[in-house]
Formats: sequence, C-alpha cells, structure tokens
Amino acid sequence: MIAFEGVWKVFEARNGDLTTAVADVSLEIERSQFICLVGPSGCGKSTLLRLAAGLLLPEQGIVKISGERVREPRPDTGIVFQSPTLLPWATVIENVLFPAKMMGIATARTRERAHELLKLVGLDGFEWRYPRELSGGMQQRAGICRSLIHNPSVLLMDEPFGALDALTREELTLELLRIWSTEPKTILFVTHSIPEAVMLADRVVVMSARPGRISEVLQVDLPRPRSFDMESSDEFQRCTQRVRQLIFGDRRLQAA
Amino acid sequence: MGVLLPLATGLAFVGLWEFACRQFDVPSYLIPAPSAIWADATKNAGMIAGHTLATLWTVMLGFVASIVVSLPLAVAIVSTPIMANTIYPLLVLTQSIPKVALAPVLVVLLGTNEMPRVVITFLVAFFPLVLAIATGLNAVPAELIELGRVCRASRWKELVRIRLPYAIPFIFSGLKAAITLSVVGAVVAEFVNADRGLGYLIVTSTAFFQVPTAWGALIVLSLIGIVLFQMVVVVERVFFPWALSSSS
Repeated sequence: MIAFEGVWKVFEARNGDLTTAVADVSLEIERSQFICLVGPSGCGKSTLLRLAAGLLLPEQGIVKISGERVREPRPDTGIVFQSPTLLPWATVIENVLFPAKMMGIATARTRERAHELLKLVGLDGFEWRYPRELSGGMQQRAGICRSLIHNPSVLLMDEPFGALDALTREELTLELLRIWSTEPKTILFVTHSIPEAVMLADRVVVMSARPGRISEVLQVDLPRPRSFDMESSDEFQRCTQRVRQLIFGDRRLQAA
Repeated sequence: MGVLLPLATGLAFVGLWEFACRQFDVPSYLIPAPSAIWADATKNAGMIAGHTLATLWTVMLGFVASIVVSLPLAVAIVSTPIMANTIYPLLVLTQSIPKVALAPVLVVLLGTNEMPRVVITFLVAFFPLVLAIATGLNAVPAELIELGRVCRASRWKELVRIRLPYAIPFIFSGLKAAITLSVVGAVVAEFVNADRGLGYLIVTSTAFFQVPTAWGALIVLSLIGIVLFQMVVVVERVFFPWALSSSS
C-alpha cells in the first residue's frame, strides 16, 4: 500500500549546511496495517510522513502509494497534525467538511458523513460550536474527523496526541483503534511515546537519528481489540523493552 | 458603566474648561469657552454641516482607495520574496515624501479638484494597512498551509479560503489605523488645496480671527475620527465575531 524504496531526504539550511533527515529508508506497508514510527527527535519520522503525504519530494529513492509514485498530495490520503489547527472562523462541522470543499467533492452525502464521523468520536451536539469553545482533546477529535471526511485509504498521523494531557491521550488511543476497526485504513502513526506505539501498532518501526535510518521493524503480537490491561502482558513488555533498547542503546537507565 | 465613566470625565473636563475661561477672563480669540464654541456652532450649523460632508467625502474616498490598493499590493508582497524586495522600497519611498510638500505638485498634475485631496489622503492612510494585511497573510500557521496542500488547493483557494480569513484580525487593526489616518490626510490636503471642508474652515476662520468657529471645526473633526473608528470596530464585531476572541 505504502512503499518507501531507498529514500533519501536532505535539507539545506540557510547557511548552506546540509542535513540528511532520512538516509536510505526502505519500508513496505501493507493495506489496512497500523504502523507506528518511533524514534528520538531528528530521526526523520515526521519527514518520512510528509514524504508519504506528498508534501516533500525525496532527493533519491521512490515513495509509492498503491503502486503509484507520490509526486504531490493525493486525494486518497488524509493527514492529522500534532495541533488540531482548526479554522477559528468556521464551526466544527464546517471544519470537518473543509477538505471535501477544498477538493470540490462535497455533496449532501458528505454532510451526512460529517455528522456520522462527529457522532463516532462523541462530538454530536457540538457541530455548530466554534473551535474556541472546545477543549484540546475535542479539537483533536474534530481534527481526526476532518482527516477522514473524504474517506482516504491512507491516514497519516504526526504525533496527533502529542499536545494532549496523558489521560486524554489514553482515551483517544482507544478511540482511534475503535475508529480504525470500523473503517479499516492503512495508518502511519508517528509518536514519541513507546507504550503508545506498541499499544496501537501491528508493526513498530524504530528509527535512529543523524542520519535518520530504520533501526529495526518490530512485529507486535498482541491480539485485537487492544486494551490497556495488556500493558502487563509479556509481549507488551518484550516490545517496549526492545524499542527502548534500540533507542537508548544498552545503557542501563536508572534514576540517579 | 463603561460608557458612563468616559462621559463623566468628558463632562467634568468641559465644565473645568468653561470655569477656567470665565475665571481667568481668557480672551475668546485665544481660547474660547465651550459655551462660546457651542453658540457659534449652532449659529453656523448649516455651514459647518456642509463642510463636514465635504471632508467626509474626501475621507471615505481616500479610505476606500487605500483598501482597494492595499489588498492586491499585500497579496503581491507575500507571493514571492522577489516581489517583496521590489515593492517594499517603493512603499517606504512614498512614506518618506512629506505629503504637504507633495500636495501642490499634485494640484498642478491633477487639477484643483477632489483628486489631489483623495490622493493625499490615500498616501497618508495606506501604508499601515498594506503592512497589516501582509503580516496577516504571512501569519498563517504552517500546518494550515500544509492542510491546504494536502487538500490539493490551488494558490488562489489557499489565499481566499485560508490566508485571508486568518488575516482578518490583522486587516482590521490596519483598517483602524487607516481610517484614523484618512481623517488626518484629508485635513492636510484641505490645508493646501480646497474650497470646502473642515480643514479649509479651520484655515479660513483662524485667518479671520473667528476662533470659536475654528475650535468648533476641530471638535467636529475629532468626533468624526472617533465615530469612524467605532464603525470599523462595530463592523468587525458584527461580521467577524470569531476574530475578536481568537486574537490575543
């Protein structure tokens, strides 16, 4: 579904310095898989996401979605950012409809879908409110609905729960899995949080920084539907330990 | 309560002024008492109204001209860095020319009619408006622009559906500056070339030592400035209520 083939991405700073954000990354993601990208800052995970979104083009290598080369943003991808960035001048439902209107594909059916999506995330009754009247978690829920309005087959999420408090994070983690089970999509999810990545993903792609490379791809053998009591299971612990080891090396991390 | 306090302060000030003029026997050709200004104004109400309308006409024409020119200019400035580097120096040039010096030249160019006055008013008012609009268009968060790109929006759609609405609070702060400056510009223009208007009235009445009339015209000018400013505030509140609460 999504394929990275020998992808390199280099950025040039204003003073001419070159930074290799992504170096020789190859990754194959199958349809309807949930993949998490984890890694320290600067490991290129957000860059990889934007390459998949068509917002960036690689210096070398090919990015493909559904076998086609990604040259520009595609109508079959949706994206969720870390901050909801809802339009302050539009109501929640107008915000959800925004991508459809921009792409010129809004119909009466689309409006119904917007209502259904908002209901799915528990925001029914809030359609006519303005973003400033919503909490951060509610805004991000609306942001997720917005990314789904045009029924994309690929969903790209860039640390979508990063700006939320820990409790809302847990809530939205389960909610996202619920939405995903109702509408299966291929999801590429970038996060800083190791437990979050293991809880969500079929496979966890661990990246390292300077330059951004894939360290390892971990298979998470936890049954679905997932829940937080799986955190005590052996498989969960094995995965999180392995990811920690890959990111922090074999240093023993202990509070001093 | 928010209205009563300034009103009370204003009335107290007027009362103090009246009292001081009478107490210290200030000659009315220096500082007329409020009662003298009022008497003169009511006697010449028709004439003052006519001049007020003439000035208002110049102010509004200049203000509208500054909006009509500033918007495309600001869009051009934010479109590419080359455009910005080309346009900005020209803009600063227009601001560094003293308008009072420019006015007689414009009269020779455009004739002794409304045109030079509108041009002066425009030149005085438009610069902060262009800057405000350009700032607003550039202030859009990167993620909103990325969202537009993900939705495959054309540059035009991005401008109209994302950048312009986001810039509304900035545009209105520019409009507030521009309308206040339009009044200043209109009066400056009238000092140099006019046969009507409050600026003209001030010049001619002081020349004939009809000082209460001049003060009356000054007060009317201030009132015009306040009223026009408030109108912009009201328009923003009525048409863009979200802008007031989302701006910090």
